[in-house]
Order: sequence, then structure tokens, then C-alpha cells
Amino acid sequence: MRLNVTVNGEPKQADDVWEGESLLYVLRERLGLPGSKNACEQGECGSCTVYLDGVPVCSCLVAAGQAEGHDVRTVEGLADGDTLDPVQQSFVDAGAVQCGFCTPGLVVAAHDLLHRVPDPSDEEIREALAGNLCRCTGYEKILDAVRNAAATS
Amino acid sequence: MTRTVDGEHLVGQPIDRIDGPAKTTGGARFSAEHAYPGLTHAALVPATVSRGRITAIDTAAAAAVPGVITVLTHGNAPKLNPPKRPTPANLSTLVSGTQVNYLNTDEVHWDGQPVAVVVAETSHAAREAAALVHVSYERLPAVVDFAAEEPNAVAQKGNPVMPGSAKKGDADAALAVAPVTVDARYTTPQHHHNALEPHATTAVWQGDELTVHDSTQSITWLRKHLALRFGVPEAKVRVLAPFVGGGFGGKGFAWPGTIIAVLAARATGRPVRLLLTREDVHRAVGARTPSAQRVALGADTGGRLTALVHTSVTRTSRVGGQPEQVTAPAQHLYDATNIRTAQSQTTLDWMPNTSMRAPGDAIGSFALESAIDELAGELGIDPVELRMRNEPERNPIDGKRFSHRMLREAYALGARRFGWENRSPEPRSTRDGRWLVGMGVATAYHPAMQFTANVTVRLAADGTVTVRCGFQEMGMGNATVQAQIAADALGVPFEAVRVEYGDSALPASVMAGGSMQTSTVAGSVLAACGKLTRRLSTLARRTGMQGRTPTEILTAARVPFIDAAVGSDTRLGALAGQARMLAKVVRDQRTWAKAACGAHFCEVRVDADTGEVRVSRWTAAFDVGRVINRKTAFSQLRGGIVMGIGMALFEEALVDRRTGRIMNPSLSGYHVPVHADVPPIDIACLDEPDPTMPLGILGVGEVGITGVAAAIANAIHHATGSRIRDLPITPDKLVT
Ligand code: FES
Ligand code: FES
Repeated sequence: MRLNVTVNGEPKQADDVWEGESLLYVLRERLGLPGSKNACEQGECGSCTVYLDGVPVCSCLVAAGQAEGHDVRTVEGLADGDTLDPVQQSFVDAGAVQCGFCTPGLVVAAHDLLHRVPDPSDEEIREALAGNLCRCTGYEKILDAVRNAAATS
Repeated sequence: MTRTVDGEHLVGQPIDRIDGPAKTTGGARFSAEHAYPGLTHAALVPATVSRGRITAIDTAAAAAVPGVITVLTHGNAPKLNPPKRPTPANLSTLVSGTQVNYLNTDEVHWDGQPVAVVVAETSHAAREAAALVHVSYERLPAVVDFAAEEPNAVAQKGNPVMPGSAKKGDADAALAVAPVTVDARYTTPQHHHNALEPHATTAVWQGDELTVHDSTQSITWLRKHLALRFGVPEAKVRVLAPFVGGGFGGKGFAWPGTIIAVLAARATGRPVRLLLTREDVHRAVGARTPSAQRVALGADTGGRLTALVHTSVTRTSRVGGQPEQVTAPAQHLYDATNIRTAQSQTTLDWMPNTSMRAPGDAIGSFALESAIDELAGELGIDPVELRMRNEPERNPIDGKRFSHRMLREAYALGARRFGWENRSPEPRSTRDGRWLVGMGVATAYHPAMQFTANVTVRLAADGTVTVRCGFQEMGMGNATVQAQIAADALGVPFEAVRVEYGDSALPASVMAGGSMQTSTVAGSVLAACGKLTRRLSTLARRTGMQGRTPTEILTAARVPFIDAAVGSDTRLGALAGQARMLAKVVRDQRTWAKAACGAHFCEVRVDADTGEVRVSRWTAAFDVGRVINRKTAFSQLRGGIVMGIGMALFEEALVDRRTGRIMNPSLSGYHVPVHADVPPIDIACLDEPDPTMPLGILGVGEVGITGVAAAIANAIHHATGSRIRDLPITPDKLVT
């Protein structure tokens, strides 16, 4: 099938999409946007988190067809040219990044949290990010990054 | 923060990691993210018996799936040279994950061993077809139950770096007459690394030239290994891994995905990408061995240890795997009058075990540090005080000198920050509503090593510096740290230094493992920068430019750049370097006891009714030698602690004792800690350089996880009065 979807503000088309294909696959393999990661492809890790019509979803669990005609925003669409989004910048500043494989999903999830709750409590941050696994950092600095981003924005 | 710190050393500054922006914007390209024209996708077919022979493989249904290009089995795959047994004399053998010659044999050695691969135009087609491959087997009797095999374990032979057994005095006799004793059995299950990035390979052949993007911790040795297996000269193989999504030991060796991707690319003549599924990661990549351990302690009534016995049983496989230094902590931590350690192992029809963060030490420290806590209880002595009464002046087992040891200072610092003096000595004495509250403590310890790495450094007349070294970056921050070191050594700003890494075309380095990469590469970077500085001052004298900047000197001398190299990658130079490296490791080992160490303090809350455990507070004080970059080093230490929390409370591969199959090969079945499981973690480092290591670095990658599970088990005992000696400490073990 042909898929029409708006990604990071631009209309995109993908042809020969298989009905069972995930949105994550479409983004990574057909649209050249591998920023969203595929650590489990089963909805367990959050590394594939993107916005679908402004709501964060695990793109590995969204069938491509469900995105038809909808609006997707990925980690690649957060920065303004070379200027990082405040959430991205605070991840760098706080040292919340190690291998970086969990980072795109976490950045999107944190971005969404701060959009909904501009000044979250620690509990709210932990809860909001509990679906995003990180095996490297020990989480503490990710918490700092979100707190700092909240304070500066 | 600004990256240039005027008038101050860069070493020691919490500088932001170089690759931060690439990783937060999604711009960093991992091994499964390289596009090639005509790229194909591969999927593995796992064996469903634990030992046997393939009698037939029916690939017709798989081949008929639209988009499938080929199905490769032992019947039609190209021939491969078999892997050799690991020997330090041949670096290519050191990364053999197993001895199995995949798709070149009809033998099956473990449930999950790949027996076929499907190559297709899309990964869906490949995976769908892989599920349709039908394999028939002749089953052979298999030994898969670790617990049942334990009585048949045989003693480990050991090697110069890790003795299979060690002895001082007569520990068993001393134990028999000791007035106070503890003698207990501790068990730990199989753990999986579960780095977030599943193992991925993109393999491209152009004629007999091979390019491989691989999520490896061992660029240089993997290149040698692939050259050997595919029968091409090493110079024709290039391994690239500038970004690796975590490793923890699980990407140290060549596992089947890598070999089979390269094989499939050769067979099809097209680029192949093979991305393991999370299930493949559990079934086709080695894991941490399970263990059964005994720790027996004898002490006088003043708490001085007279006997320390630590024995262990672990597992390897008939087709590979290695012993682990489970009893090493018992040889270094306590000044017991008599010590005996002994390691033995079983050999199963199982995927080989492999190194996982602090192999041996992580699980050995659980048993030893739990037993010390039990002894403290028997004696009625505070567990910190008991440790201080037995803190040695020299390495307990053999009297070697410590190159550096500040465990006392680490305990003092940690206890102060944590507020240890507020702990009531009685178990089950503190309650906060439904929560039973307890505090625990344990020692962290991990040996430090330095190998050799080849490095070139270029200082250019425009003031820029380029460091080139084939080291690996899985998130530890090595590129950032080496740039700090080179900038300091040459007196240039941080921004002037570019570090090239993650490419086997660069000068050969060591694998990332054993917490030795930073110190190893730093040693060579410092040596190369020293050469450059000397050449620069010669040029300065010659041109009358003493005291001027490198740019001014080189411009005056009309030299566009100067290079310095340490080590050689080819011929005699390479052999000599390898010999020097091994000699140095063995010599160091004979001369010094060298290690990073620390003290973990934690508070837990246990639900009195359900047995749910929450870790509520953590302080760890470390002696890791000099800290080059607080930001990256502390993050590694914290990550180690969190992986230790997983080990203590959640992580366990559930293995079917009849079939040897893992029953929970997913992140929903195998639980790793999430945000909500992790308390605030307070880290402190003494930051005192070790006098025998480059810049005084002792390594931070592994020491963090050691002792963590014991600290939690000890805190749970303090909270509840229940002593759990079997990991993970799940609620069912606390409510029965
Ligand atoms: S890849 Fe989508 S949740 Fe893990
Ligand atoms: S930084 Fe590696 S998984 Fe989070």
C-alpha cells in the first residue's frame, strides 16, 4: 500500500508498505529517519517513542496504516536547525547520555512530559519515564536533565 | 559549561561528552543504520533441541515467501574456516564466542543455536520466512540442568591472571576451631547483559574486501577473527563501530549474528543487515554464568578473621565459554590468617557463558559480602567496624604490595555522607507505616589492568591535534576523556583536539573490557604527546621560538604538522608489541595488587505484608584512582550500581531444566531496573591517583556493580531479619 504521513512537518509518501509493517519500520527503513530506535520491537523499552498527532506512542506498536493521514514528530524534528531543543541540550549538559541508544525515546518522552506538566515533581518524572529503559546511565542524570529543562524553559 | 578552562587542567573537569548532540538529535548512526544500495535483511532460525544432529531442513515454504532471496543452511552455505580455541598467542581467537562453525555443521550444541538464515528484501519477509523453516533433528542426550550438574563440577586449572585456586595456611583447620563461624551457601542465576541496542551487523563484500559495521566491543580483534574465518588477509577487512549501544561484555566476542551476516553477504553478493531480535539476544549471545558458592568464615571473639573459605561452581559450555574469577574478592579483601579459595565448573550443552560487567567479582562479592555481614551479626559488631578490623596492609593471599588502597578512607567518607551512625544495630527494629526499613553496607572491588594500545597523534600548524586510535566507544566517554588528556599534554584547548576511534583502519587498540580501556589508551596518548612535545622543543630551539605556541613554532619551522606514533600494527613491530603487552600484564600481576575499590551504603524499605522491596537511598564512596571526567565517570559508576540493583532484585534468566531453553527471552520477562526502581544515588570519589597507572586511572566501568547485591541483601536482612542467599531477592522469598 501507499502510505501518506506528515513527518516533522513535511508530507511524506512511502510505497509498497506491507500492511503489518510498524510505523517504526517505515520511519527507519523507508523514510531515512533512524533516530527512533528499535531495542525490543515489542513495546517494552520506549526507545522508539515518537509523537503521533501530538501524543507520544511506541512507534513499534503502531501499524503503518494507523498513521495514514496523520502527523508524526520524531526526535529528528525537535531541534531547530543546529540549535538543540532545551530538552536535548539539558540531556547533554546534565550528562544524561551514555551509549545514546535510549536517548531519542527518552528525549521525546521528556519533551512531552514538560509540555503537559511544565514543572513536574520527581515522582511525576519517574512515572512519566518509567516506560523508557536505559541500561547505561543509572537514570539519575536523566532526572537531572528533565529538572533542568523544566527550570530553564 | 565552557569547554576551555583557562589556566586549569582539563583532566579532572566534568566536560560535556563530544557525541552528546549527535545522540540527542538522533543523528548518531548505529550498526543497523547504514544504508547501502541493494541492502538485504537477514533473520536467524534457532535450533529447538539442546543437543543433536540435523537430519533434514525443509526450506520450501520459507523460500516461497515473497521477497526472500535465499535460505542458507549447512547444506548450501559457503565454507568457513572453523574458529580456533582461544589462545593469547593468537589475538584472532580471543573473540570466538563459541567453537561452533555456524551453518557449516549439522551438529546442534544448544537450544537457540542458529541453524539457518533467511536473506530477504525486507526484515519482515526474512522473519516470516525464518518461522517457516522446518528442521528435523536426531536428538542426543543433553546435559542442561546446572543445579543437577553441580556435584559433577571439576576444578578449574586457572591461568597467570586468574588462579583456579589459592591458599594461605590451613583455612579448614582454622575454621574447625574458630569460636565464631558462618558457613553458608549462596546462589546466583544466569544474567543477560541486555544492552539497549540489540546486536547488529551490516556486512558488505566488494570482491574480497569486507566492510562490517558491527556492534562490537572489540574492533581490532574482531577484524582479525573475520580475516581468519573467511580466509582473507586482515588488510582486506574493515570493522567500523563508532557508536555502540551499550555492551557490558555482551558485545566483546564474535557471536553468531556477526559471522552469519558476513557469510550471508558473501553467499548473496549483496549487502546484508542482521539485527538480532530481543529473543535472539537472549538465545544466541552468551550470558553471565549462574553460580553456587560457599563462604565459610571463622573469627575470634574480637572479630579478627582466622579462616576464610570461598568456593564456587559455575558453568561453561561444551563449545566454549570461560571460567570467572568468582573467588577473587576473597583473595584481596580481608586480612584473614588462613584463606582457601577454589573454583570449579560444570560443562553443559548450553550456549557458552561470557563476560558480563565485573565477571566473577559481581557475583562473588555477593556471597562474600553477605557472609561478612552475617558474621558481623554473629559477633555483634558493626559491619563497617568488622571490615576495618580486618583491613589488610598487604594483599592477603600472597603478601604482594598494594599499588594503592584507600578502602578505609572510602568507608569513612561514605559512612559520613550516608549517616551510617544513625543505624540501630538490631534487625527489624525500624518501621515506617507498612514499611520495614533497613540499612546495608558492602565493599566494592575490581582489579585494575593496563594493556597496550597503538596510537598516532598529529599536531598541525593550525593548532589542531588529531588523536587516532582504534578504541571503542559504547557510551563510556573515552573519546571525550582522551581529548582532555591530549589537550592537557600538549597545552592546547579542548576544542582543538579531534579524536578518531571506532574503526579498525586506525592504529590497533585493545578491546573494551576489564575496565582497562581508558588507562591503556591514556598511556599511549601520553607517550605520543611526550614525543611531540620533545620534537616541538627541538624545532623551537632551532628556530629561536622557545616559549611560543605550537602554531608559532611550526609556522616558523615551515612544517605543516608533526606526527608521533606509539606501537606498530604490522609485522615484527606488532608481534613485539603483543609480546610486550602480555609480558607487562603478567609482570604487573606478579608485582602489585592493583584495584579500584569502594563502599556501598544503602537503605531499603520492605513491605511487611507483600515483601515488595524498594531501594530508597544510596551512597557509594569510591577509590577509582584519578577521575578524568566526573560527568562520564560518575555516570558509569551509577550505571553499575543500577545494574547491581537489577541483579539483587529482578534479573534472572528462567531456564527450562528439561530442555535448556530460556523461558523469558524478552524485556517484559527479564526485568531490568526502570526509573521508578531507582533511588537518588549519591556518588563520591576520593580522586587520588594510583602511582603505577597512567595518570593514576584505576577504571570505573565495573567496580560500581560489585558489592551492590550484597549491600541490598544486607539491608533487607537489617529491615526484616530474613537472610536471603539466593538471587534475585523477589517478594516470594521474603513472605514465606
Ligand atoms: S522498540 Fe518500541 S518499545 Fe521497544
Ligand atoms: S545511554 Fe545506553 S541505554 Fe541509556
